[in-house]
Amino acid sequence: MAMALQTAETGTDPADAERDSPGGKPVESLHRVVIRIAGDSGDGMQLTGDRFTQETAAYGNDLSTLPDFPAEIRAPAGTLPGVSAFQLHFADHDILTPGDAPDVLVAMNPAALKTNLKAVPRGGTVIVNTDEFTDRALKKVGYAADPLHDGSLDGYRVHRVALTSQTVKALDGHPLSRKEAERAKNMYALGLLSWLYHRPVDQTLRFLEQKFARRPEIIAANRAAFQAGWNFGETTEEFEVSYEVAPAALPPGRYRNISGNPALAYGLVAAAQRSGLELFLGSYPITPASDILHELAKHKAFGVRTFQAEDEIAAVGAALGASYGGALGVTTTSGPGVALKSEAIGLAVSLELPLIICDIQRGGPSTGLPTKTEQADLLQAMFGRNGESPVPIVAPRSPADCFDAALEAARIALTYRTPVFLLSDGYLANGSEPWRIPEVEDLPDLTVRFARAEEYQGSPFLPYQRDPHTLARPWALPGTPGLEHRIGGLEKADVTGEISYDPANHDHMVRTRAAKVAGIAQSIAPIEADDPSGAARLLVLGWGSTYGPAQAACRLVREHGGQVAHAHLRHLNPFPPNLGELLARYDRVLIPEMNLGQLALLIRARYLVDATGYNKVRGLPFTSTELAEEIQRILLEVEGA
Amino acid sequence: MLDVTVKNGAPVAKDFKSDQEVRWCPGCGDYAVLAAVQSFLPSLGLEREKIVFVSGIGCSSRFPYYLNTYGMHSIHGRAPAIATGLAASRTDLSVWVVTGDGDALSIGGNHLIHALRRNVNLKILLFNNRIYGLTKGQYSPTSEPGKVTKSTPYGSLDAPFNPISVALGAEATFVARTIDSDRKHLTAVLTAAAQHKGTALVEIYQNCNIFNDNAFEHLKAPGEREAHLLRLEPGAPLAFGERKVVWDAARGTLAAVDASDERPAVLHDPTLQDPSYAFAVARLQDPASLSPTPVGVFRSVSRPTYDDLMDQQLAASGYGSQAPDLGALLAGADTWTVGAPERAVVE
Repeated sequence: MAMALQTAETGTDPADAERDSPGGKPVESLHRVVIRIAGDSGDGMQLTGDRFTQETAAYGNDLSTLPDFPAEIRAPAGTLPGVSAFQLHFADHDILTPGDAPDVLVAMNPAALKTNLKAVPRGGTVIVNTDEFTDRALKKVGYAADPLHDGSLDGYRVHRVALTSQTVKALDGHPLSRKEAERAKNMYALGLLSWLYHRPVDQTLRFLEQKFARRPEIIAANRAAFQAGWNFGETTEEFEVSYEVAPAALPPGRYRNISGNPALAYGLVAAAQRSGLELFLGSYPITPASDILHELAKHKAFGVRTFQAEDEIAAVGAALGASYGGALGVTTTSGPGVALKSEAIGLAVSLELPLIICDIQRGGPSTGLPTKTEQADLLQAMFGRNGESPVPIVAPRSPADCFDAALEAARIALTYRTPVFLLSDGYLANGSEPWRIPEVEDLPDLTVRFARAEEYQGSPFLPYQRDPHTLARPWALPGTPGLEHRIGGLEKADVTGEISYDPANHDHMVRTRAAKVAGIAQSIAPIEADDPSGAARLLVLGWGSTYGPAQAACRLVREHGGQVAHAHLRHLNPFPPNLGELLARYDRVLIPEMNLGQLALLIRARYLVDATGYNKVRGLPFTSTELAEEIQRILLEVEGA
Repeated sequence: MLDVTVKNGAPVAKDFKSDQEVRWCPGCGDYAVLAAVQSFLPSLGLEREKIVFVSGIGCSSRFPYYLNTYGMHSIHGRAPAIATGLAASRTDLSVWVVTGDGDALSIGGNHLIHALRRNVNLKILLFNNRIYGLTKGQYSPTSEPGKVTKSTPYGSLDAPFNPISVALGAEATFVARTIDSDRKHLTAVLTAAAQHKGTALVEIYQNCNIFNDNAFEHLKAPGEREAHLLRLEPGAPLAFGERKVVWDAARGTLAAVDASDERPAVLHDPTLQDPSYAFAVARLQDPASLSPTPVGVFRSVSRPTYDDLMDQQLAASGYGSQAPDLGALLAGADTWTVGAPERAVVE
């Protein structure tokens, strides 16, 4: 079945046109390519991948990336755990995933070949750096024989390139040590790939000039290595053809490439600007969330205050303190940090103050897989506090969507005076895609009204008197004359906010807090299923970063004649108001999740729907092929029923 | 609930009393501190709405409910962190933390030392009764060694913290100690703390008459206290009872000796930048007998505050003087245009 399903996001996909390049070598046109660049952690693979991605973005392809790197900063050189890889999928059409399997693997050393070759289907292209295939290096990763010569690579199109020594040769005459010259081999590889896929190179050259502005000799060396790689492709017989992937017909607009963490950071800045509040980030460094702290720390000109706290608890505490003072309080973390913040989030529930908790999920439990992705914090966000402590949850579906998800989290937090979870994950955080840059005036207006003494002239200020529509309580800032009041984590009497241990009052307050969060559903657009046939009996329901693979899988199934509907949840708590009605329209509901069935548990409990899960926790996103196979399997059951 | 009225004229003590019934045990030392704070707050010359009290959990942490300022009764140990966020984002406020020995030094020890080292503009009142009161009488991190309580029927095993030593170890810029029953001294120390720019830590010996009664009685009883209280006055010799404090050159530290010793008494100077001297003064106290007990201001030095430095960084980035360009931030440096360009692409 896997073979039958190869097209949309898998397998090589030649376009019709073929022509000769001005240099005389033939040029083959492709609709899409998946490249994986793998090497040692110290080889600059992520940088190389980033630059190739920027060139590809500038050329106008649609793209999706998946960095995959170890938790160790520099594992011992040349070892299997030290391999760092970067996968890029680019196409002349709209794509949704970083690609199931690479068409092209660049392996900078034996360890990179060993860990990545199994992902490349036979017939794929492998470019290897032969210089690193020494006896010692082979032995280090457990190769008994040299895979370049023992038949391991039979069935692949192999390009053997002496990347290291050719780089060193190209830099002859540059004032660099041999070691420094060797380090430029990633630029040589980037030059070769840029030639192979006709990438525009101006941005990369400009980038090198900016990055090494203070070291002109390094700029010169990197340029020379890059140029030598390009020339090698152009002149050598090793590469007989080059490839072209035409720009994609994306909706008109101005674009940039962006990954999830900066998109989330910009969304927070935009939310602060659109609400007229200062942004206060309390954060403690944790993978894979730290880049949000790094990004926001740059933007003091926007009134952004970043506070690197002594621990996760202080980070959320300070954010809540800032919210109390009238800022948009935010804390960013990953699952282990959420565990530590739970009590303070409960306090925010009780105080009914705005707060955004961004959980960039990673593999768990405990320290788990810090650099790998997972979606297993949903129930922690939903229930991980003492008492009845409801917290709204939103989740982005793609790297660029982190921007919109941050604005939506802020809207809910500010409108309803509540903590809100934003559940991103490691894949969204580090993966990237083109983003159509929004116009500032098109962003939602999040203007906040604080309580003023004038509104209460002659009558008492009641800190827990609620807005009848939203059930939100007034936000009275310290410094406002006449509204001095006390709040706290003890149960409060309805309306007055005074301490109350009255049984009926507690019951009423618990239900009121639950009703407030449930009522957010009234402000959420109804969920719609994507079902081109209108006749599907199976619904695939997803949340978070499974959007890309799930949508790609559904397209794949439809291309092969299957009928399947796809719906994706932005809001996990509360659910969209019509979700139950939508679910009831289908015979079967399939919920793919990178956990053991957390959304499925909620859906089954809430709607009494016999949803089934498709669950993988490998630290990697789903492939669209595996999901498509599961969908087809269920479709056969549905048809047979 | 009080009616919302914006009063004109300077506030007086009763303006700082909330309408809430005070629920501490009769005879608790907290009453004395509350009365002192309510009567001294007007002297600060601040508008009532500019004052915020943030507390953690414990008997003393009910404090904010009884003051008609802004207030937050938060969670156990976290008040310094919450107050840090508030003070760092609102430099116009006067932010106070009320905490106890368990709240500040046990569950919240980490937040306390980091607030002190950052020098956030906070005034921390640490009520030390050397016992857990709200959970009904377990030993605390300041209890004397061997303390017999419900949780330590054979006596506690841990060495206690000296809160002043902890604060000085964190290089707090203002560190003082006072006693609940000495209204005059309490008010003087609180006033000095309020006037300090930066984090001020004031340890207040406070009697828990239910679970640890008379823990500080020898420091209070007229006739007896003089033998134990070492009153710290700037420029005055360090002396108590028939003893004085001299520089013990051989051991390289301070030592309490008989008044008849020929060496001169050390003159107190809380403004020394190096915290070693203040630390040596703190270490004169015996943890079991609390004798001698230095009271007053150990250290009061000037250092830029975290919140001011943060404001300065924002101002230097143009915040407040130039309107930031959100559109430019979102676009970044590398963009491309699909279809008809809506505007010129700046590359």
